[in-house]
Amino acid sequence: MNQGQTERHSVSLTVNDRAVEAEVEPRLSLADFLRRHLDLVGTHLGCEQGACGACTVLVDGQSVRACLMLTVQADGTTVETVEGLATNGELHPVQEAFRTKQGLQCGFCTPGMLMRSLELIRDNRGITAEQAREGLASNMCRCTGYQYIVEAVVEAASNMDTEVNQ
Amino acid sequence: MTIPDVREHTTEKNWIGKSIPRLEDRRFLLGKGGYIDDLVLPNMLEVALVRSIYPHARIVSIDTSEAEALPGVAAVVTGAQAAEMTDPLPDFGPDPENHPWRCLAVDKVRYNGEGVVAIAAESRAIAEDAAELVVIEYEPLEPIVDPMAAKEDGSPLVHETLGTNIAFHREFTFGEVDADFEGADRIISDTLHWGRSGGQPIETVGAVADYDDASGMMSIHANSLSFTSYLFMLAGTLRVPSNKLDMHPVSAGGSFGSKLWEVKTPTIAGMLSRLCGRPVKFLQDRMENISNGDHHGSDRRYEVDLAVMNDGTLRSIKITTVEDYGAYIQFGVGHHGNALAQVTGPYKMSSVYYDVTAVLTNKCQQGAYRGFGSEVGNWVLERMVDLAAAELEMDPAEIRRRNFLEPDQFPYFIPTGNVYDSGDYGGVLDKALELADYAGWRQRQTEARAEGRNVGIGICTCQERSVFSATEFWFWFDEPGAPVSSMPESVTLDVDALGNITATLYSCAMWGNSPETMVAQLVGEEFDVDPQTVNVVYASSNQGLPATGPGGSRFTVMVAGAVEVASAKIKKKGAAIAAHLLEANVEDLTWVNGGFEVAGTPTARMELADIAIQAHLFKHGLPEEIESGLEASHVYDHPYTTMPNDDRTDLGVFYPFMGHACHIAVVEVDPDTGKVDFLDYAAVHDCGTMVNPRSLCGHIVGGTAQGIGTSLLEEFVYDDDGVLQTPSFAEYVIPTSMDVPELKIGHQETPSPYTPHGIKGGGEAGRMMAPAAISAAIDDALRDHGVRVRRLPATPERIVDWIDGGG
Repeated sequence: MNQGQTERHSVSLTVNDRAVEAEVEPRLSLADFLRRHLDLVGTHLGCEQGACGACTVLVDGQSVRACLMLTVQADGTTVETVEGLATNGELHPVQEAFRTKQGLQCGFCTPGMLMRSLELIRDNRGITAEQAREGLASNMCRCTGYQYIVEAVVEAASNMDTEVNQ
Repeated sequence: MTIPDVREHTTEKNWIGKSIPRLEDRRFLLGKGGYIDDLVLPNMLEVALVRSIYPHARIVSIDTSEAEALPGVAAVVTGAQAAEMTDPLPDFGPDPENHPWRCLAVDKVRYNGEGVVAIAAESRAIAEDAAELVVIEYEPLEPIVDPMAAKEDGSPLVHETLGTNIAFHREFTFGEVDADFEGADRIISDTLHWGRSGGQPIETVGAVADYDDASGMMSIHANSLSFTSYLFMLAGTLRVPSNKLDMHPVSAGGSFGSKLWEVKTPTIAGMLSRLCGRPVKFLQDRMENISNGDHHGSDRRYEVDLAVMNDGTLRSIKITTVEDYGAYIQFGVGHHGNALAQVTGPYKMSSVYYDVTAVLTNKCQQGAYRGFGSEVGNWVLERMVDLAAAELEMDPAEIRRRNFLEPDQFPYFIPTGNVYDSGDYGGVLDKALELADYAGWRQRQTEARAEGRNVGIGICTCQERSVFSATEFWFWFDEPGAPVSSMPESVTLDVDALGNITATLYSCAMWGNSPETMVAQLVGEEFDVDPQTVNVVYASSNQGLPATGPGGSRFTVMVAGAVEVASAKIKKKGAAIAAHLLEANVEDLTWVNGGFEVAGTPTARMELADIAIQAHLFKHGLPEEIESGLEASHVYDHPYTTMPNDDRTDLGVFYPFMGHACHIAVVEVDPDTGKVDFLDYAAVHDCGTMVNPRSLCGHIVGGTAQGIGTSLLEEFVYDDDGVLQTPSFAEYVIPTSMDVPELKIGHQETPSPYTPHGIKGGGEAGRMMAPAAISAAIDDALRDHGVRVRRLPATPERIVDWIDGGG
């Protein structure tokens, strides 16, 4: 099965507002591409089978398991990862809410949680705790029991709403 | 030893008790956590293993030629070859020479998933390609799956050299068990089974080894506990001099015990790095972590008898347990030491019988999982108390209250010899009943049941022992294994020339706990500085002081002891400098708000920064005996540990700082599907003085979520042929946000009289209690169906079976 893996495909995509072009093996996952080719190691691998959600990134605004998507499938897309959230060292409101609410412990699921949270907030204006809890069921956290992540999502949504309105 | 002095604790604190944001979090939020897989060294190889597809089989032959020929493969190592390069892995179990544990299987495989061949290649993908090209011929042997059959004579053997599958058996009697049972009104008996689950952090175990053949130095970066105190054992396995092994701690993406002293991964990486002359990364994948991670949790069958009086008084308990340890027994039966530390719970009971049999089977071995076996003991005791309450038709809160130790009875020695330092169990129960609105829920339960809904309420009142002593690993044997040790923890505090403070920790990087925040708050309290300004770093083992790291809810208490004395040393030196420069007597100086001042003369004052710059730069202006610099280290060994007696009717003090909690779960069970829904959940914890309440709450909620998994969802299932049926997160089901309720959390603070600030451990938290509360709630919900939870996890399938089976 290793035969044929020398074949390369060219891809061009946008990652965190940066244009990226590369020649990749067809079997290369988007997660491995981000981590190993672009050094964006904030996207984590917990199970490599699409169960845990630690590798969640946004592709054209939609959350995706980067361990299940091949890089060639991401050709022509716009990818957002955890590294794109903060600007000039200032935490994004979602990150800030996770910090103040202690919505993380070991931090390993956190990048995936942040990206999923951002999607939930964008898609659900005025998101409630119940909506957040249901929406976060896509991502496993082994440390927090989710309670303070739910609180963080609601708080971030509220803060982002305020920012938009100001 | 003598009992440590009782401390006076001030209630005026600046930083301890404040829920400051954690110092650790910014790097994780930015995606710059620095986990093991983020570390890439130049010219680094990566590893994949070939793992056994059989639970029990003889290795007839291994053909690695095709794998070796694959471009990009640097090394292919079989178990036999590994045994020529490494010694057996460190094993604290009984008779380690008769069940040797190696990094790769030699001659035969002993469980489904055991590593057989290791491959190092230019990439993980190439290593996995090569793994598929290895041809292994096995001769399958009869799998040994059921521990009850395995312990009988005539069973096939996991380790032929041991001559039996029973790795350990002993009976213990503490107190007058026979008399207490003879005098009892009733004997309540039951059979219980706690199933096999595990920590399963989202990040697996990994190591990056870099052997330098010029210096002979073996450097290993690992997310396992670096365990500096016992590192020489790993050096022995790797056959490097103990002073040439340097472990670099790396932040772990969760552990919950499962990365404790994980030695196999660094051994394989180190062996391959030396063989190939290049850095080597070995990171488990999920299946590896589940099937070959050496850290399954307890798997125990119990026969229990409880001696009670008709008024609900608990007198004595007899516990006979058979534990399925899997194919090896790396930590011996220390898990049962944990259980014996608090075997009588918060109750006045005068005697205990404990009979433990540790059995070896063809399964992944046990390691550590949040509670280390004491959580199982909690569940068993509470199951029995609930059964007594049901037989006596008593309210479950009332029978508990009737048996609680009273606040004025501490320090209290339980029958096994361990001491409980302090507690106020009635106070915790009162708070929990109010927080949960227990009376209100009983009313609503009556109404719901009238509508045919199966609503149940479960209460548990459980201990959380903290800060272990090493005796629990050897008091199983008559021969003293060692003098007593409470296992050291160390810190170095360095005040730089501008007065900024760096704290160096020596055991391991963070595991999801909050070592940096804890230390920073403790340092902030000592020096009146904002914890956010404290720099916390981790030293590698070669630079290290003795240290042990987290485990048994010990870290915060232990590091507080280290910080307290190191701070005192710095202040003593600072006072001498200030006294000299202020031309005052050192006895007249007092520490006030970040500096020293002459008592009664606040203008005669030096800030810490003023003292620090003098100490660093102007030694010749200071008294002759003062050396330059302002730093101090302290190695802390908490003093409260005692030897067991000769016949082991008294195990001594080995887990003295006793936390406590009450959980109240309200559930509704669908009898058609067996689904359990939470209607409410309240948890009140008392782990002495809280350092960061928000972080503690995080452990309470997170631990409870894991307890929910243990209770309802999670199990490593081996079928009758010994094949692991749950090798991934698709089958091994971890709770999601929809499986965990919103917790109501309350606190009580009963400070320890023996620890700095009165802190007790609290990290294992909710997992110590939740299974007992949830099991009781399910019983209560399904009492008309005759269901009693005797086995965990209580999966929907099992609940439906129990209903159909009538109990």
